Amino acid sequence: MMRSKAVWFTLVVLAGGLFFAAVSLPFGNPAMSDMDDYFIVHGQEQTGANNIVTSIVFDFRGFDTLGEACVLFTAVSGVAVLFRHRKKGEDYEYE
Amino acid sequence: MSDSMSKLIRTTADVMFLFITVFGLYVVLHGHLTPGGGFQGGAVIATGFILLIVAYRLDDFLAWFKKSTFQSCETTGLVVFIGTALAAIPLGYLFFMNFLNGAEGLFGQAVSYGINPGVLNTAGTIPIMNIAVGIEVLGGLSIIILYMTSGIRSREEGE
Repeated sequence: MMRSKAVWFTLVVLAGGLFFAAVSLPFGNPAMSDMDDYFIVHGQEQTGANNIVTSIVFDFRGFDTLGEACVLFTAVSGVAVLFRHRKKGEDYEYE
Repeated sequence: MSDSMSKLIRTTADVMFLFITVFGLYVVLHGHLTPGGGFQGGAVIATGFILLIVAYRLDDFLAWFKKSTFQSCETTGLVVFIGTALAAIPLGYLFFMNFLNGAEGLFGQAVSYGINPGVLNTAGTIPIMNIAVGIEVLGGLSIIILYMTSGIRSREEGE
């Protein structure tokens, strides 16, 4: 009983703190917008792409996209290992 | 997964597969002009293949498309993607440099600044990387569903 009260107290305090943090942020008026402005102003001339999102994803942050592609490859490899066909009497040894 | 679905569903899947594939190719190829890109378009094309897998039996599907096709699709996409990124280094640029942009070659047409509908032949290496990622995602998502479906089948057969 004591423990569930403590859990509820912690949850309420956490929710209140997060709500306060979310409300106190100035929405739509970020203090640091230099990078956004740079992308919006120079994105088209530096990458040639009309779609600024694509110019960021595939040019400014291309390394990030390479990582994403590797994540997808790793996920497919994991599924392939999980669902591969096993022979009838095949035994597994895990070390 | 032992039986295929009814004839209605199979016919609908046949017809819709074409439109889904064309729409996915559009999303991939116009990734630098309209919302979307390689990931989204690849997922759309993979949805068409998954529709066929669900509507038909797995054996029928594997008679049309081999598993190795999708596997090589994924590998090819990754290799082309990183190859495009690496190709900038021998030409004297930095890794991931957009060296084709404005070079008057492939995808090298100079873009007109400001708000405009856009030309397909612009943006340098971005369309190439979009196509590469599209091929990779199409192969990856399709092969995930293929592996899962074959797993269900082998359990139903009771080994």
